[in-house]
Amino acid sequence: MEKQVSPFAVLVQKEIGDYIYSWKFLILLGIILLTTIGSIITILSLIKDYAANIDLENSFLFLNLFTASDGNLPPFISIISFLGPIMGLALGFDVINVERNRGTISRVLAQPIPRDYFINSKFVAALMVIAVSIFSIGFLIMGFSILTLGIYPTLDELLRIIFFLLFTCFYIAFWLNLGILFSTVFRQSATSALAGLAVWLFYTVFYSMIMNLIGNAIYNSQADTSLFLTRMNRLSPIGLYTELTTILLTPSIRATGVLSFEQLFGALPSTLPFSQSLLLVWPHVCGLIAATFICFAIAYLIFMREEIRA
Amino acid sequence: MPGTIIETDKLTKIYNGYRAVNELTLSIEEGEVFGLLGPNGAGKTTTILMLMGLTEPSSGTVRIAGYDSTREPLQVKRIVGYLPDQVGFYENRTALENLVFTARLNGITEEEARKSADELLDTVGLSEVKNKKVGTFSRGMRQRLGLADVLIKNPKIIILDEPTIGIDPKGVNDFLALIKSLSRERGITVLLSSHLLNQVQKICDRVGIFIKGNLKAVGKIEELAGELLKEGNIEIRIVVKEEPNEEIAEKVKALSGVSELTADKREMRIVAREDLSSPIAKLLIDSGFSLLHLSTKEYSLEDVYEFYYGGGVADGEAS
Ligand SMILES: Nc1ncnc2c1ncn2[C@@H]1O[C@H](COP(=O)(O)OP(=O)(O)O)[C@@H](O)[C@H]1O
Ligand SMILES: [Mg+2]
Repeated sequence: MEKQVSPFAVLVQKEIGDYIYSWKFLILLGIILLTTIGSIITILSLIKDYAANIDLENSFLFLNLFTASDGNLPPFISIISFLGPIMGLALGFDVINVERNRGTISRVLAQPIPRDYFINSKFVAALMVIAVSIFSIGFLIMGFSILTLGIYPTLDELLRIIFFLLFTCFYIAFWLNLGILFSTVFRQSATSALAGLAVWLFYTVFYSMIMNLIGNAIYNSQADTSLFLTRMNRLSPIGLYTELTTILLTPSIRATGVLSFEQLFGALPSTLPFSQSLLLVWPHVCGLIAATFICFAIAYLIFMREEIRA
Repeated sequence: MPGTIIETDKLTKIYNGYRAVNELTLSIEEGEVFGLLGPNGAGKTTTILMLMGLTEPSSGTVRIAGYDSTREPLQVKRIVGYLPDQVGFYENRTALENLVFTARLNGITEEEARKSADELLDTVGLSEVKNKKVGTFSRGMRQRLGLADVLIKNPKIIILDEPTIGIDPKGVNDFLALIKSLSRERGITVLLSSHLLNQVQKICDRVGIFIKGNLKAVGKIEELAGELLKEGNIEIRIVVKEEPNEEIAEKVKALSGVSELTADKREMRIVAREDLSSPIAKLLIDSGFSLLHLSTKEYSLEDVYEFYYGGGVADGEAS
């Protein structure tokens, strides 16, 4: 006898199938893979060129794979902070409204499943697809580098990379939930896609510009302005993620924000152990998760309250 | 004796002050085919959504097989199959995959689901295209697939919202016959909504006429017709050359079977219980009138519906 599968698992299975066979997902993955491969190849050749000068003990060579760039192609963390939102939005922007417009939603909700299974399964399925993609890419980079360079990451590096990949999933999940939110609010998927892109564009292009203007207008001293900018940067998911990943993958960063001379006095120019870096980014992680759940909670409430009419 | 399986009590739904369904009290017996007949905007879909527990009533209760649709929607959905008016399928999946998906949401194992999906696709006449993507299906095929989809959970009750919309006339007949035979063979209670009387008339045991949220009449079609047609079901129109006087009007009225007469200048309209055109014509000619026109018209069930429909359409569309 075959085992009975829970309806929730059936919904998630179907969603994952839909994603994996959809062109939008394949194209996105293609773009991310291509840019990543380009970036990694340039870094690997860079590393080979300087191989003689590298101090294997302290260089955190493996982390450089994710953060370094030769100036032509952006480093992996920049690629992800830029393309991650697109991926999240692309997976989320039409999950609810397409089903509503096609009339499939009322057929599914006429089955004996709790109503929130529908929206929860979309979230879970997309999250799984994101996690699998991000971890595969991350491990591919590592594997490829081990093969070409012949050196292995230290445990500290490995942990940093794994947590970096995990937090990257959270970051993309935020954009995914923003997409899901727009897909419950807007009836047309074109509208929700544009709304998502507008938010993304706002944070990538305009946010820092506007904050610069405001900062310069309010504060006179350079230090105050940059403190203000650092703080405001954390209100942007992109800024938050960039700061988070930079700290996590650069062990020499010892503190967030601007330190005064008193604070810096006597500090040793050494690197932080992984656990300390993790502590440093903990608020960022919480911020990202909170933003993600706020988006999902709003989408959930709207979805649960609205009437499903074909 | 079969019992009541669907029961609503003063069921009401108010949308921003507009009573889409107004104190609907209705009971449907197990195994019957019930037609909810009403023009667009009458509140049929709203009623069905409340039956399914897909929208909450503003007041009143629904019980389906003893379960409260508002409080125990999952129990209701386990035994009720619902075909929405604009049924949608996953277009890039095959007919079979769509059915298996629904079955598995009902906790049926994949293996069993495939078996019964195969059988049902055969029943609704889609076995040849079962591995084609639904995206390629015509409207009629989709409706038949919808019927299979509704049946795959092996329901006690099926609720079909405007199931014949967009199917060609021949297809409609086949489709209705299929519903009827399924109901008979499997003892399934059917509730279907429609705005077309002739379709409801074909397969429904009982009909409820629903206008602007109010249930105007319920019963067997013949009973409904009988009630309305107590006055007679034949209308005779006569035009004479000379303007008729009181005396001749009285004489016509006195004929047995005539129940109503209205005269307007040289035209007379007579409602009778049987075709009295020849005795009336004879009477008029004998009294010295010259007939210019005589026609008879039999009231049909459409007229019954139209009668109830009357005010309903105009205000219904305005709101
Ligand atoms: N979500 C809604 N908000 C406001 N009015 C609605 C809503 N849904 C339906 N109505 C109104 O309720 C009435 C009944 O609609 P409906 O049940 O769909 O009618 P039918 O299915 O008989 O054509 C219509 O007048 C419609 O405009
Ligand atoms: Mg309707």
